[in-house]
Amino acid sequence: MTMTHTLTPTADLASGIEDVARLLTPDGERIADPDLDRWVEDVDASVLRGLYRDMVLVRRIDTEGVALQRQGQLALWPPCQGQEATQVGTARALRADDFAFPSYRETGVVHVRGAKPADFVLAWRGEEHSTYNPYEINTATQQIIIGAQSLHAVGYAMGIQRDGTDQVSVAYFGDGASSQGDVNEAMVFASSYRSPVVFVCVNNHWAISEPVTVQAKYPIAGRAPGFGIPSMRVDGNDVLACLAAMRWALDHARRGNGPAFIEAVTYRMGPHTTSDDPTRYRDKEEVETWRRRDPISRLEALLRAQGEFDDAFAASVEADADALAREVREAAMSATTREPLTMLDHVYAEPHSGIDEQRAWFGAYLDGFASAQAGAEEVAR
Amino acid sequence: MTQLTMAKSINEGLRRAMADDPKVLVIGEDIGKLGGVFRITDGLQAEFGADRVIDTPLAEAGIVGTAVGLAFRGYRPVVEIQFDGFVYPAFDQIVCQVAKLHYRTRGNVTMPITIRIPWAGGVGAAEHHSESPEAYFVHTSGLRVVAVSNPQDAYVMLRQAIASNDPVVYFEPKRLYHTKGEVDLGVDLADAPPMGLARVAREGTDVTLLTYGSQVGIALDAATAAEDDGVSIEVIDLRSISPVDYRTVTASVRKTGRVVVTHEAAREAGVGAELIASVTERCFHYLEAPPQRVTGHDIPYPPAKLEKHHLPDLDRILDAVDRVLDRPNSLTGVFEQ
Repeated sequence: MTMTHTLTPTADLASGIEDVARLLTPDGERIADPDLDRWVEDVDASVLRGLYRDMVLVRRIDTEGVALQRQGQLALWPPCQGQEATQVGTARALRADDFAFPSYRETGVVHVRGAKPADFVLAWRGEEHSTYNPYEINTATQQIIIGAQSLHAVGYAMGIQRDGTDQVSVAYFGDGASSQGDVNEAMVFASSYRSPVVFVCVNNHWAISEPVTVQAKYPIAGRAPGFGIPSMRVDGNDVLACLAAMRWALDHARRGNGPAFIEAVTYRMGPHTTSDDPTRYRDKEEVETWRRRDPISRLEALLRAQGEFDDAFAASVEADADALAREVREAAMSATTREPLTMLDHVYAEPHSGIDEQRAWFGAYLDGFASAQAGAEEVAR
Repeated sequence: MTQLTMAKSINEGLRRAMADDPKVLVIGEDIGKLGGVFRITDGLQAEFGADRVIDTPLAEAGIVGTAVGLAFRGYRPVVEIQFDGFVYPAFDQIVCQVAKLHYRTRGNVTMPITIRIPWAGGVGAAEHHSESPEAYFVHTSGLRVVAVSNPQDAYVMLRQAIASNDPVVYFEPKRLYHTKGEVDLGVDLADAPPMGLARVAREGTDVTLLTYGSQVGIALDAATAAEDDGVSIEVIDLRSISPVDYRTVTASVRKTGRVVVTHEAAREAGVGAELIASVTERCFHYLEAPPQRVTGHDIPYPPAKLEKHHLPDLDRILDAVDRVLDRPNSLTGVFEQ
């Protein structure tokens, strides 16, 4: 491309949801893609069945999360229904020692990385701000501030460069986050330092009530080359394409070629969170269109066509999902709230006179209620 | 002991911290070949390489946000914000991430990040180059905030800040960069007073004058001038403004019964407000007069030609001393306090 002439966008958002790299049609037909095929040559039926199992489990965790919120067991839940292929496909491409920086909706990424049942519910119940130890599953705490984690991923990748390893750091963020300064700065830093980081922009079409067209008039994947970062726009409801695209991106970064960018075009089937009412801002028809592109039934269709999906397999996946849902539910129902004084823990890593003083006072204050209670019981006796 | 400017003592602090710990990185704008706009990082890139003394794109949120990621990875980033007024784009990363990640992860992730900020006025600079934003950070739990007043403290407290597993916002008064003082570079950091400890910079019996950073020297001058007038001022250099060493502060106020606070920052909801509220809670029955604040006006930082009328100076401090001593002062007959 010559830069001496007026540069104009070569596509617009109206090119729509069909302008994506894809290996599975919405009907589950395997199609060829010259860029993606070579990254999934080794993917056989057992891998596909594994991806299917992952997606069903993630959907079940999600369904359970919504139900638990409706029953008052959780304060809030951010549903990820519809986004299972993006989350599972990209996360399954990671190595265990790569490091992911997910957003709050990346339930599937966290699941693939090894989160335990309680990890999905304790934060949304309000018991903790986070649960798993990031270093145990090489996955940062799920980020709530929109786009902030993109910079953390780049910084982590800068650390990888200094350590001389071939790990890769991954930033997950949404279409809304693509407007944030942090995300754009992250791309500048990553490009400038050629850091081993993969940006996964999960374009689920909605930032609460704002359609993606409020954020972008040009496909978001089209921005990355302007930062000097190669990118790919992939069907986010096609788990095989997501796996392939992520393998391409990770390989690019792992080889020392710098960052790569993936826009996974998917759809948030549910509300932004359980507090949201999407009927106020989007049409049923749009939701129905995307229901026909469901990532799980799409893979099921492929497996059936291959003769790899039978009742026994379906039953075993169903049993796994039931068991996981039960564990998630039990983790929520059996959660105990920690002692109030512990909320003063970990504000600082080292002793702090201000916190020590407040802890001493608050402890004495709480003890006062305990001794008053004991006194009242004494009187009653 | 050796005579060093504050700029050089900070430079030495960085150099020795980097030499002692390969995990220490220095990150900021123009800090490499140029050595920083104040030359604080002079020579460091030549000595430690561009991998450890990192020139960044011009994006403060990016600088602090990537420092968070480096800390995640086990590094100890020392961030240079080029000027006080440039820290605001990084505010979200400092307040929502740097300050909270240790708490959020229940101690699993530490943020040993030092954020150095060339700070405050008195140097005739352009707009946004003379600000005193410390109260924003003091108000944020999870951060430690220090302000240095002399080359020795600048060296020792920087080393301590870098060694701390907590994030530290480290304010360097620009107008003191070229002030020389005795520095013991061989000081045993473990034996040196911790950065959370206040220092009685001058003992006195009549009035306690609380201050930090660039105002410490002015406070000491005021104490010298007051002595001629028969008034004995105890000057306390807080050093750490979060947390504040109230043990030292209250001991002084209970002795003198009178307290004046001075800082360059605006008055409203400033550090002085917090200090006086806390001193009043702890020492009310010892107080002989209403505590007084000597601060910048509640205005955006004024043009350089006017800054001398904005910044607290010796006379404004002595005027407040007169107020706590119930001597004739600028408010006498003006209005009822």
